[in-house]
Amino acid sequence: MAKIKLKDLVKNYDKVEVLHHVEGEFQDGEFIVIVGPSGCGKSTLLRMVAGLETVTSGEIFIGDKLVNDLEPADRDIAMVFQNYALYPHMTVRQNMAYGLKIRKISAFEIDRRVNEAADILEIRDYLDRKPRQLSGGQRQRVAMGRAIVRDPQVFLFDEPLSNLDAKLRVQMRLEIKKLQRKLGVTSIYVTHDQVEAMTLGDRLMVLNGGYVEQFGTPIDLYDKPASVFVAGFIGSPAMNFVPTELKNGKVALPGGTTIDVASKGAGEVVLGIRPEHLVANDKGAIEIEAEMFEQLGANTLVHGHLKGTTHPFVASVPGHVSNESGTVMRFDAPKEQVHLFDKSTEKRLED
Amino acid sequence: MVENRPILNVVTHLVLILGIAMVALPIWITFVAATHDEARMLQAPLPLLPGGYFFENFKQTFLGSGLSGSETAPVWRMLLNSLFMALMIAFGKIAISLLSAFAIVYFKFPFRMGFFWMIFITLMLPVEVRILPTFEVVADLGLLNSYWGLSIPLIASATATFMFRQVFLTIPDEMLESARIDGAKPMRFFVDILIPLSRTNIAALFVILFIYGWNQYLWPLLITTDTDMTTIVMSIKQMLEAAEQSPQWNIIMMTALLAMIPPVFVVIAMQKLFVQGLTETDK
Repeated sequence: MAKIKLKDLVKNYDKVEVLHHVEGEFQDGEFIVIVGPSGCGKSTLLRMVAGLETVTSGEIFIGDKLVNDLEPADRDIAMVFQNYALYPHMTVRQNMAYGLKIRKISAFEIDRRVNEAADILEIRDYLDRKPRQLSGGQRQRVAMGRAIVRDPQVFLFDEPLSNLDAKLRVQMRLEIKKLQRKLGVTSIYVTHDQVEAMTLGDRLMVLNGGYVEQFGTPIDLYDKPASVFVAGFIGSPAMNFVPTELKNGKVALPGGTTIDVASKGAGEVVLGIRPEHLVANDKGAIEIEAEMFEQLGANTLVHGHLKGTTHPFVASVPGHVSNESGTVMRFDAPKEQVHLFDKSTEKRLED
Repeated sequence: MVENRPILNVVTHLVLILGIAMVALPIWITFVAATHDEARMLQAPLPLLPGGYFFENFKQTFLGSGLSGSETAPVWRMLLNSLFMALMIAFGKIAISLLSAFAIVYFKFPFRMGFFWMIFITLMLPVEVRILPTFEVVADLGLLNSYWGLSIPLIASATATFMFRQVFLTIPDEMLESARIDGAKPMRFFVDILIPLSRTNIAALFVILFIYGWNQYLWPLLITTDTDMTTIVMSIKQMLEAAEQSPQWNIIMMTALLAMIPPVFVVIAMQKLFVQGLTETDK
């Protein structure tokens, strides 16, 4: 159990900088999720903490120890890989015990720890099987068991659920969260799935193109996204964006109507509003020409575009709604749910 | 092919039987020849049924001096020599190529690819091409008429290195990373993870290399002058050319029969792993 500190971290591959001055301080016992689209450098960042990638410049501290030049084994970490990376020729028990054996821990103690971890993960029944005799979910548990027996200061997860089917993923997600709570071990979890990120993380670090876009609690990111990128990435279905102009506390919509916003500034802006925040209202300012209706059961997604333009727009309406294609539906956007971003920098405009 | 087509069945069986007959006939003739006495083997027509001299021939060949009237070592001695040579070559080649493939795949050092290509290029230089300089080196080292001399020059193997390189490349990187996090040092990773994972390939290669070693002819012929060091493959040929004599086919064939046994035994013992090693792709 330890704090982790990233100081001005930079990573180059052959002179191309892929991570740009990443800063971050993770508290003891915190569950940090690093999230971003593929190629944003999130796995690289995790692997740098693990010691599998060298650090070009900057510093990584685990606890109070500078670990830049330490071998992975000396960093007191455990890692769960995307494809589990279990040793195929060893039984589950041997897989879990291997790291301990190398550390020359007594056979008795190894046995105790393996059994304890097996009990936590409910994999006791197949301790003597080989990985290839296990299902994906079971292998996943073994991979976690291998991390637990090490009793490390930090858990590192590299997209551990992406090889599982949807249902199992939801179930394992919950289990990982529970397990982390129970053990209280500082964890860094990398994923490209924003739902996974929102549900698991105490705090989320959103990476985009090697830059940290925003670092905060899931609710922070949802309520106050720092940039267009974060706003579009967090939340599903994604936020609607309309480029427009801000003047006198109002923004103009392409259809000629205006909506009130909290901001007092002026200039070119990007207006953002989440589909679930649109309120159906016959006199509403936002007119959507509906094209398609996606019935999700509890609510309906209305896909369409702003009337008179080709701007795609999505609204989420409670209950079952099904109109003909081409119907115009009107919505209100509550003032406090409207996000404004500067058009050139794409950064959030403060209220 | 699940259809029931009787004519096709007959045809396929005929083809198979023909194939087996073609392969088996020479072996049968060898066996038959080894069971007759010397005089019968010089008469025409060639006998096709076994005679009654198998044990006499066996005793004379295996334990006795073999060919009468010449000074060759008893065949058990040659078998032992061949066995030592073949085993040393097979194990040596496997050990060296595993290690060099390990170095080439898992370590970054200057001129890594250069070394790889240097090894690879030696594929073009079989023993026969470099035989004179190699002989000179072995002679200068005083290794003539020794097991070391018989095996060491044949141990370096580009083929096996290349094959193990390909095997190692199919092992996912996460295996190495996982082992690093577990605290395994390179040699530990090599012994605990890489070798067990390439077990079937090692077995397949062992079979191939054992037979390669066993069948060596030119090299042993060059560097052994002592009859105690001759190998069985070269001496079969020498027996044929024994001076001033008509060939003693019964003895020669018995020797050939004995020479066949160890490779056959190795193939049968390793068959399961051998097939797995050549066909298995799943890691």
